[in-house]
Amino acid sequence: MPASSRSRGVTTAAALVAALAVLPLVVVGVQASAGGPGTAIDFLFRPRVGELLVHTGQLIAVTVPATIAVGTLAAWLVERTDLPGAGWWRTLLLAPLAVPAFVSAYAWISLAPAMTGFLGAALVTTLAYFPFVFLPVAALLRVLDGTEEEAARSLGLGPLAATRRTVLPRLRPAISGGALLVALHLLAEFGVLEMMRFQTFTTAIMQQYAVGFSDTAGSLLASVLALLCLLVLTVEVVARGHRRVARVGAGAHRGAESVPLGPWKVPALLSLAVLVALALVVPLVMIARWLLVGTEAVAGEDLLRVALTTVGLALLGGLLTTLLALPGAWLLNRGRSALSLVLERVTFVASALPGVVVALALVTLTVRWARPLYQTVGLLVLAYAILFLPRAMVSLRSGLAAAPPELTEAARSLGARGPEAFVRVVLPQAAPSVLTGFVLVALAIGTELTATLLLAPTGAETLALAFWSASSELDYAAAAPYAAVMVALSVPLTLLLRRQILEER
Amino acid sequence: MPRRRRSLLAALLTLPLALTACGGGEEYVPDPEALQIYSSQHKNVTEAWAEAFTEETGIKTQVRSGQDSSMGHQIVQEGEASPADVFLTENSPAMTVVERAGLLAEIAPETAAQVADHLVPSSGDWVAIAARSTVLVYNPEEIAEAELPDSLMDLADPAWKGRWGGAPGGADFQAIVAGMLADQGEEATGQWLEALQDNAEIYQNNIATMKAVNAGEVPVGVMYHYYWYRDQAGDRSGSGNTQLHYFGNEDPGAFVSLSAGGVLAGSDRAEEAQQFLAYVTSPEGQQVLADSGSMEYAVGTGVASDPALPPLDSLNAPPVDPFTLNSEQVIALMTDAGVL
Repeated sequence: MPASSRSRGVTTAAALVAALAVLPLVVVGVQASAGGPGTAIDFLFRPRVGELLVHTGQLIAVTVPATIAVGTLAAWLVERTDLPGAGWWRTLLLAPLAVPAFVSAYAWISLAPAMTGFLGAALVTTLAYFPFVFLPVAALLRVLDGTEEEAARSLGLGPLAATRRTVLPRLRPAISGGALLVALHLLAEFGVLEMMRFQTFTTAIMQQYAVGFSDTAGSLLASVLALLCLLVLTVEVVARGHRRVARVGAGAHRGAESVPLGPWKVPALLSLAVLVALALVVPLVMIARWLLVGTEAVAGEDLLRVALTTVGLALLGGLLTTLLALPGAWLLNRGRSALSLVLERVTFVASALPGVVVALALVTLTVRWARPLYQTVGLLVLAYAILFLPRAMVSLRSGLAAAPPELTEAARSLGARGPEAFVRVVLPQAAPSVLTGFVLVALAIGTELTATLLLAPTGAETLALAFWSASSELDYAAAAPYAAVMVALSVPLTLLLRRQILEER
Repeated sequence: MPRRRRSLLAALLTLPLALTACGGGEEYVPDPEALQIYSSQHKNVTEAWAEAFTEETGIKTQVRSGQDSSMGHQIVQEGEASPADVFLTENSPAMTVVERAGLLAEIAPETAAQVADHLVPSSGDWVAIAARSTVLVYNPEEIAEAELPDSLMDLADPAWKGRWGGAPGGADFQAIVAGMLADQGEEATGQWLEALQDNAEIYQNNIATMKAVNAGEVPVGVMYHYYWYRDQAGDRSGSGNTQLHYFGNEDPGAFVSLSAGGVLAGSDRAEEAQQFLAYVTSPEGQQVLADSGSMEYAVGTGVASDPALPPLDSLNAPPVDPFTLNSEQVIALMTDAGVL
């Protein structure tokens, strides 16, 4: 087969995947405009929607800066100072990622029932999401060359000023990337905010679904939420800036000197300890406490059945997502064209949509036009794939980069045909990264709540659904076993991500 | 690639198929052999009915659980091709949504005969399967019995600002408002909803409301009776500090809501669906409800509800026709008031 037609096949496949990823956006838009502009204006321009907008804005305005401050400072302490036990702190500061945010909210609300409303919502989301900033900043700080800092010091700047003038600007892409993730998660967050009785667009969409199934009102709210996501994405592109972070030329890499903390050592250790206590110890202790209170709250076989369903869905979803990410990643890897970049961006934008928007769109779509898919495992898994494509894509790209085109060509010249060359040459090289992407997707699916709530087929119950149904009746003891299993299943995520920091070069 | 890694990859590829097979994969698709029951009734009650029915008749059943309003609209959108054969609700307005869309088959006269005349709409399209009463739950440590409101309408008074709770996002509360709308008219109900938006503490559901009152977060809450009786029959951890106040006196706060059962006109198992509904309203079926611990009122003739409950006919409910309750108008009013 000539190379051009092969690459046309891959391009077509990548374009189909991108089309699939934007489908929810199109469906929600069509459904929202179904009532005509009059309905839309009447519904959207009223105090209630203003209130939702203010709530959503408040949360972003407080939580995003808070996670940036906490995440960046913690990363600097761990990677750039003589903090005792830095390796341990690194693991402990990533560990909150193993506790789904809604489990953390459950722990806090059962510890301090009065802690509802904005303060509770901001506290829990900050504690749950600061690792999104910590992770990229720590990874970057670890590899950032120390010479600029030294030059600044030799020119007379103090240690703090040198850090501020040379390190902080170079951290901008990592910080803004982390902040973007936090903002998108906040827009999509449902469980935490519902428990904290703090209403935003996502909780309002869920409520609208409860009232009217897939009606126009729900799609109107979902369109506003999608616009907010696009706004956040645009802001991030601007905030990231175009500054060059990498040094030019290979040269010998030199790590930075670690800054002696001196008298600040004790306060630094204390604040990290408080952070870990709030973000990790509180949830774990509360889960353990409720486990002990209600040892018979959940039958072992129920727990096992629900856990198996969850794992099955996670693996199916991981598999489909990895397969769908393959054409796009391959294209990007074998030459960056304008088309491949557009396809990548489109996939990412669509995947920035909250689970509830994607799910609502798929319900609307299948109930009207694709009935055989309606209420099937297939549709749920497809929603997962749309939501988590970028996770697989990022890992796949780094994996494929490890198997350069020359290797495939060499294999062909030795007589291996296309598929054989792929299986024998590319796959072995790319396998570790493919697996990483697969695991990242599977773990995200394991704790997904909103899309699962809307799309789960008759009879299917996942850990997140079972946890949610118990905890929304404030039956903390019955929710605890499901929470514990979700945390246990998410531990590998933390370990994987920790390795990602350590291996960053 | 190292052999170990290759077998790991192979295992990962085949595992999901194996898992979905042994995790009971076949139960996630509508079983063409089974009667499809869409239910927004309590899961344990529906399942108790379905199991007892299968045991008696040998007819397989499959239950899809949902929420009242959502599921009613879902059936309407699914239209004639809906997989549902039977629909059971918690509150009648969800059934009315399906009825107005013309998607219900007339229920068998024998089924209608198993409940009192006033529990079947004149259309004969559905039948009451259970009932629940509105109550005011209060915390005697926070408020004296003498200070309780005489009417649900009184909660609109600014004096109650921040002092009462409810779950207006849920179908239960919306049914209470539908009762109020039928009894008090649009203007009074609209004003009451605006006051709710200003005054009330909003909770996720009835249980959260009750537990908030129990914990002293708010002195009183509006909800249905059975959550309280269920908790009292259990460890009382969610209601130990609370009492119930029945408004009576034909007040909107004494509204009794009917749970409804209907057969879908598009059902391809119409006969079995009719059989199921006949079973649910039969003395055996109603006894299953009474024994389920759900603490809802049985509505079948000759079947007593749980002895802990005050008799249904002693509640002095407002004279509201349950068959004209208009949930769409309630949603519109709630949207106007900014509650939704």
